[in-house]
Amino acid sequence: MDEEYDVIVLGTGLKECILSGLLSVDGLKVLHMDRNDYYGGESTSLNLTQLWKHFKGEDKPPEQLGASRDYNVDMFMMANGSLVRILIHTDVTKYLNFKAVDGSFVYNKSKIYKVPATDVEALKSPLMGLFEKRRARKFFIYVQDYDENDPKSHEGLDLTKVTAKELISKYGLEDDTIDFIGHALALYSSDNYLDQPALDFVKRMKLYAESLARFQGGSPYIYPLYGLGELPQAFARLSAVYGGTYMLNKPECKIEYGDDGKVIGVTSEGETAKCKKVVCDPSYLPDKVKKVGKVARAVCIMSHPIPDTNDSHSAQVIVPQKQLGRKSDMYLFCCSYAHNVAPKGKFIAFVSTEAETDDPKVELEPGIKLLGPVDEIFYHNYDRYEPTNDHTADNCFISASYDPTTHFETTVNDVIQMYTKITGKALDLSVDLSAASATEE
Amino acid sequence: MSFCCTQLVLLGDSGVGKSCIVLRFVRGQFDPTSKVTVGASFLSQTIALQDSTTVKFEIWDTAGQERYAALAPLYYRGAGVAVIVYDITSPESFTKAQYWVKELQKHGSPGIVMALVGNKADLQEKREVPVQDGIDYAEKNGMFFIETSAKTADNINQLFEVFLR
Repeated sequence: MDEEYDVIVLGTGLKECILSGLLSVDGLKVLHMDRNDYYGGESTSLNLTQLWKHFKGEDKPPEQLGASRDYNVDMFMMANGSLVRILIHTDVTKYLNFKAVDGSFVYNKSKIYKVPATDVEALKSPLMGLFEKRRARKFFIYVQDYDENDPKSHEGLDLTKVTAKELISKYGLEDDTIDFIGHALALYSSDNYLDQPALDFVKRMKLYAESLARFQGGSPYIYPLYGLGELPQAFARLSAVYGGTYMLNKPECKIEYGDDGKVIGVTSEGETAKCKKVVCDPSYLPDKVKKVGKVARAVCIMSHPIPDTNDSHSAQVIVPQKQLGRKSDMYLFCCSYAHNVAPKGKFIAFVSTEAETDDPKVELEPGIKLLGPVDEIFYHNYDRYEPTNDHTADNCFISASYDPTTHFETTVNDVIQMYTKITGKALDLSVDLSAASATEE
Repeated sequence: MSFCCTQLVLLGDSGVGKSCIVLRFVRGQFDPTSKVTVGASFLSQTIALQDSTTVKFEIWDTAGQERYAALAPLYYRGAGVAVIVYDITSPESFTKAQYWVKELQKHGSPGIVMALVGNKADLQEKREVPVQDGIDYAEKNGMFFIETSAKTADNINQLFEVFLR
């Protein structure tokens, strides 16, 4: 490894692997290392034996749960929108098989409802009362017809100036309606968007409806067969195909600096590889990150789908913050043997949220209750870190920890921003999204 | 006309000639200066059989990820056929081939068909792995065995035709 590289990437989590792939495709010489002997870091998928070892410290899961190798339990979450753009942009879709997620739901007034995404669905949805449905329908029609390049469709509103709150008030929507539109359709994790220009809000709603139409399932989401752990591996493969060098099981990757404070290389096992830049997850540079929060998660093995989701084998349920009197949303995701993540008859469900107290178990309880009886439950909390360094001073580019959202928008935004910082270029993701339908079974 | 599609993966130590075997099979070419695989990782070849069935091989190359034993499980996930290649002039590559066979037995699809291939058979004078060693190991592990030369094209088509039976 005594060579010189443009970039050394440390950690094989999803963000690091996407960046490694993009940089290799750009023609940069990349060395990618991980201290673990497997791909994915925190974003790997575990089989049953690994899951037991991780949470219970024993090797022997009960036999009635089925074969260990049939399980692929994600240690984090799922896909839509901009991630799909990156998948198509990089052609990584040829290494993976995707299947649409069967259903997209929202928790509202103590019940689970299908998320209505169009004017027709809004009229049918039991989520709203008779008059509210009509108001919502009008709003959906405005969003569907809105075209940034066609001023006629704007109805006299400049969405780069008008806030989301002002736009919504024009249609007189109720708080519960605003809640599900903002959190389950536009996928905002807080209510800050209400005071921002409405353009982003409208675009996000359009993306949801377009994705829904494209994948022809009951949701705008797709999910890889064998679990999300396949994603970092696919991007690592892309990087390798374009010349990236891969080394796993490299302990104590130590980042070395020159007299000017800029990175000059990485040392592992007595050998130093030289480089101009380092990209890594927070665990490789603990001195240059700060704790910004904590994610609480529960992983459950079940023998049935989430109740009230039309027996969907895969479903996302978003529980907007206000519905539980919280400051942050809670996310439920369920998938099954239909996505090759569990043996026949078994389902894997996840409940996650930003921890707001010191007792995440109690916090997650309202979400776990929605799952019905579970065969096994594991709790998994982790701290979230963000970089504190100035990358222009040390040439270290550190990713932020994964947040509790299940739809990856924040993950991809971080990657796009890091890409621009590293290369000085914007990532052009204007791809033909219709290509995505080919990836679906 | 019936049609079937099989994912075929090649495994083996760096430099044993995996890419050369594929290029010989798909394009009928041999490039003695072929360096470590860059860019080409995913080739497909459709073969028409006499009974008018068509088989499409999707051939995955390791793209060098095997060099530091960092090959991802994604690589052999769902593969119907695995070709494990070693170089008959390199005992180390034969040892490495046995490692890959064990990996596949552990992590590959349960019904995977495996073949053991001793490549560079044209270099008889430099041979260090006896033919019988390959035959014995393959037989013990229920694998098909063949020696090939991507350089002279010897046995290359035979290797791929065997999977069509």
